[in-house]
Amino acid sequence: MIKLESRPQPSQLMSLLSPLLALAITVLIGIGLFLILGKDPLRGLQVFFVEPVKNLYSLSELSIKATPLILIALGLAVCFRSNVWNIGAEGQFVVGALAAGWVAMQAGPQLAWMGRGIVVAILLAGVLGGMAWAAIVALLRDRFNANEILVSLMLVYVAEMLLGYLVYGPWKDPQGYNFPQTITFLPETKVPRLFDGLRAHIGSVIALVAVGGFWIFLFRTYRGFALQVGGLAPLAARYAGFSSRSALWTALLLSGGMAGLAGGLEAAGPLGQLTPYVPAGYGFAAIIVAYVGRLHPVGIVFSGLLMSMFYIGGELAQSRMALPKSLTGVFQGLLLFTLLACDTLVHYRLRWQRRAASPVSAPAAAVKEA
Amino acid sequence: MNPGLRLELTGISKQYPLVRANDRVGLRVKPGEIHAVLGENGAGKSTMMKIIYGAVQPDEGEIRFNGEPVRIGSPAQARKLGISMVYQHFSLFDTLTAAENVWLGLDKSLTLPQVSARIVEVAQTYGLDVDPERPVHTLSVGERQRVEIVRALLTQPQLLILDEPTSVLTPQAVDKLFVTLRKLAEGGCSILYISHKLDEIRALCHHCTVLRGGRVTGEVDPTKESNASLSRLMIGAEPPQLQHRPQTAGDVVLQVQGLNLPRQDAFGMDLHDIRLEVHAGEIVGIAGVSGNGQQELMAALSGEDARAAPSAITLFGQPIGNHSPRRRRKGGLHFVPEERLGRGAVPTLSLAQNTLLTRTQHVSRSGWVHLRRVERMAQEIIERFNVRGGGAGSSARSLSGGNLQKFIVGREISAEPRLLIVSQPTWGVDVGAAAQIRGELLKLRDAGCALLVVSEELDELFEISDRLLVIAKGRLSPSVPVAQASIERIGVWMSGLWDRPVASAAAASAEA
Repeated sequence: MIKLESRPQPSQLMSLLSPLLALAITVLIGIGLFLILGKDPLRGLQVFFVEPVKNLYSLSELSIKATPLILIALGLAVCFRSNVWNIGAEGQFVVGALAAGWVAMQAGPQLAWMGRGIVVAILLAGVLGGMAWAAIVALLRDRFNANEILVSLMLVYVAEMLLGYLVYGPWKDPQGYNFPQTITFLPETKVPRLFDGLRAHIGSVIALVAVGGFWIFLFRTYRGFALQVGGLAPLAARYAGFSSRSALWTALLLSGGMAGLAGGLEAAGPLGQLTPYVPAGYGFAAIIVAYVGRLHPVGIVFSGLLMSMFYIGGELAQSRMALPKSLTGVFQGLLLFTLLACDTLVHYRLRWQRRAASPVSAPAAAVKEA
Repeated sequence: MNPGLRLELTGISKQYPLVRANDRVGLRVKPGEIHAVLGENGAGKSTMMKIIYGAVQPDEGEIRFNGEPVRIGSPAQARKLGISMVYQHFSLFDTLTAAENVWLGLDKSLTLPQVSARIVEVAQTYGLDVDPERPVHTLSVGERQRVEIVRALLTQPQLLILDEPTSVLTPQAVDKLFVTLRKLAEGGCSILYISHKLDEIRALCHHCTVLRGGRVTGEVDPTKESNASLSRLMIGAEPPQLQHRPQTAGDVVLQVQGLNLPRQDAFGMDLHDIRLEVHAGEIVGIAGVSGNGQQELMAALSGEDARAAPSAITLFGQPIGNHSPRRRRKGGLHFVPEERLGRGAVPTLSLAQNTLLTRTQHVSRSGWVHLRRVERMAQEIIERFNVRGGGAGSSARSLSGGNLQKFIVGREISAEPRLLIVSQPTWGVDVGAAAQIRGELLKLRDAGCALLVVSEELDELFEISDRLLVIAKGRLSPSVPVAQASIERIGVWMSGLWDRPVASAAAASAEA
């Protein structure tokens, strides 16, 4: 029988290296996978790890994927650190996009006085939309002690149906040949781009500022400290007098707001209109980003970039190597799985043990021994 | 090698990842002997018992039972050999009757009525009154322990292990237990008696093996030893004597009146009409058997449970019954909880971060934490209270229990509280650290702070308190000055019998 035995002193170095180790193992398994599929593994690796960072254009595309992932993962990191399990960032992302899209659709001559300032209003609406969706989770948990994992996850599907209803119904573009999509947002509502000719937009700058902001919040403010104590030792938080209710609301509103902001940036950025394809899985992938990034703002930047490479690599593998798109998901899942395995082995070691035969049967008494 | 021995351990070692819990220890128990195993927390007593009871396998060494070398692979095997154990924390199902609980722990060869009959038989032989038909939740702690002992005896053990059996008993119930144990020993059963209470060992045991740091430091006849000589073997030194200077108490700091609180969970205790006053410059002690409402009272006073009516608890005349712990702390009320790891400190955070739980003078109005200053404050606490460990940056869980307790007590004392409430100040702390903590509490009292101390150790309360109260079944006794209190009287009160005259109450509490 294999037994996990906790290591007396988990290595600090190894717990820092663990994400890199996990990446290396993921790559190895990936090579095996390409071989089994009868593809050239070098070509496969090139598609996943070289093509996405080859030139300015690919880097710009990478930033478009990484921005929402990093924004959402930052909020989730605060949530997970305070022991609030928000699994529904995808839904908050969608509602953020809806709210932002609604403001964007109001643009026109009567709002011309706002000029480019309307983008601020659009993003703000995104934040509020995401917050409102997360507030439902907080309210149900606070009032009725409903499990936030289930509620937030199920609200994802509600949000997707809401989106479907709107783009198939009231918000459908009258001149859109009956396609399920809203009007294309006016140019002044578009999130400003950073460089001419590239799709990279100001969202990546916002994400980097947010990384700094979250780092300060978590490690330099009393509020951030209180939230984390609530996650690490709930009794200690109660002893100190930190309210668990306020921690719940703060964590959910913050992460909901970040997911909503990402949704707003997506709607008024690369998408430019609302379609049933707004939910691209960023909200779920961000859970992996948050964990691979060690729930640390700086780590999240790197893991966000890595996950974006998987996204782009998956798309390229589809067109260039005739591999299914689900390869992206396989790689993302592999990375999380190997990371968890590495972390476990950093904290525990394996011991092979032969089980002692117990000749005397006393099941009821045996229960008591624990 | 000695055929006359019931149990013989030779050269037993057990290595855990962080400590060598047993280092080539030996133990020799004769038939019919009450053998004490004495040692501080962490000395290796529990590991040794677990090895004998088959719950842990030794790395090396030999066990002989009745002269035969044995390998005890599991508790079931131990029971088959004739070894029984009564744990410190009972493992009884509340909703079942005593007989059903006993039945569950036995091999299925007997029917329930047979078990009931055997219980009555054993109970009569050893003077252990147990009514087999009563549900366990209606039994007092002493009665529950008797059920555990009866369960152990039904397997007709040749060796009975008792782990700190008196920590949950009143002094009267302890006397009664000793009568039973002596009778058992006369019948030929060997008893291993684990304790750190020197008086009990000297009163009860024939032989004593002393452990310190995983090694055997002495094998003595406890009846020929003094407390001081036993304590030297146990800790390597005599505990320092405390000075208790007489002092007149000042104004009322904490007043509790008419505090009623229903329990929050099924295993809690309701608080009934609690009345209590603590003055500046005095230490008020609350004695009682654990589980009689101490936890609930502490939570209501600290603010962790803020359901009380505002005026039921007043601090300097201000109603605070519904205030949060932080608000109470601003009013000068500081609290040291019973659990150090997970409540008094966050295990994974550094000592510096842990000071932030209750000390916020280095947090600015806007909520900015001045890390340098927080670290300096932690360093000052570490130096002033002689906390040994890795310094301000080391995690709370890396410290030993005693050092972490010194840090937490130090954190609250250095906040210069006007009222300090301490729950179990020296629980699981080694003797040296315990003496230091008690000394600090006395110093604080002399400086004019009001102190309320809850403890299950009567000796400790008698040593430091000015006045004593007793909590039993969620009610609080009237207070009595320590000079007028006796262990016997407090013991009677611990059964909740402070309304009756001492003589009749003593008889009644021995029943309980």
